[in-house]
Amino acid sequence: MRVKKRSPFITGILDGLPICLGYLSVSFAFGIFAVNSGLQVWQAVLLSMTNVTSAGQLAAVPIIAAGGSLIELASSQLVINLRYALMSVSLSQRLDGTVTVPHRLAISFVNTDEVFAVASSRPGTVGRRYLYGLILTPFFGWSLGTLVGGIMGDLLPAVVTAALGIAIYGMFIAIVIPKARSERPTALCVLLAVVMSCLFHYLPALQAVPQGFVIILCAVTASAVLALVAPVEQPEEVDDHA
Amino acid sequence: MREYSFWFYLIVTAGVTYLVRMLPLVLIKKKITNRFILSFLYYIPYAVLSVMTVPAALYATGNMITAVVGLAVALVLAWYRKSLLTVAVGAVAGVLAAQAVMSFILPLV
Repeated sequence: MRVKKRSPFITGILDGLPICLGYLSVSFAFGIFAVNSGLQVWQAVLLSMTNVTSAGQLAAVPIIAAGGSLIELASSQLVINLRYALMSVSLSQRLDGTVTVPHRLAISFVNTDEVFAVASSRPGTVGRRYLYGLILTPFFGWSLGTLVGGIMGDLLPAVVTAALGIAIYGMFIAIVIPKARSERPTALCVLLAVVMSCLFHYLPALQAVPQGFVIILCAVTASAVLALVAPVEQPEEVDDHA
Repeated sequence: MREYSFWFYLIVTAGVTYLVRMLPLVLIKKKITNRFILSFLYYIPYAVLSVMTVPAALYATGNMITAVVGLAVALVLAWYRKSLLTVAVGAVAGVLAAQAVMSFILPLV
């Protein structure tokens, strides 16, 4: 039986487009930052194509530009990007049988905050076709934005590049707020995480803690507290063997 | 300090980032049934994104007033469930508008 239905790959592409457009502006800002820090344009683009992550790359550039130690670089990346391990654990629970090990090896390469958030917001399980569609345009958007930013950054007025810095946070807000609005426990989790994050940022005694650790510590604590206080309902297994 | 070749930096940066993402996805193939862990994993994305946004976003534009305006626009648009793109573009537009107002009004005061 053939029901007229959009293929999962196309659905993934469509869901990935807003991420791609958001990435264009953010990676554009990254390209400007990297070149202004002393990297070549091709180096900035290669960093984007091999990392596909904003915070980690932003932290790597000053270390690379200063000729810093590889240990410092590796530990900063580990700490800042450790959140992806949490996301990958979470995503591992949502994959269907089509996402075998070779596909997991490929898809995890582009498991960014936004890709993860969008994949998580899908009902039920996600398959490999959907995921490939989802990561395709964000990957190219991220690389292309870096290239254009690296080449054209100097041509733009400083006010515009400064304004673009807010784009990625706009995307984060767009993911968190609707969920927090409709689910009180999620709202409490967000509130707890934000309060802790501010304490780490503004209390002098806690300011020495590296930002990557702060992210892990606050997120893990807030999520654990809410998981204890307000455990989510077990999702019903969808049975298609009708 | 001796400067390493760019390629060493690239391999370390990309290698660490990839391993952190890849290992859990490849190693965890069983379904987790523990309700606490499932709930924890449910909340994690929202907690992570919140911690990354506050207070860092206040410093994203180099001027806290314009950042607050941009974030306020984003909050309102997100509250009404606008798309990722709309919210992101709205935040940038808010910052630009605030910059424009400040550069016109401040010289007059």
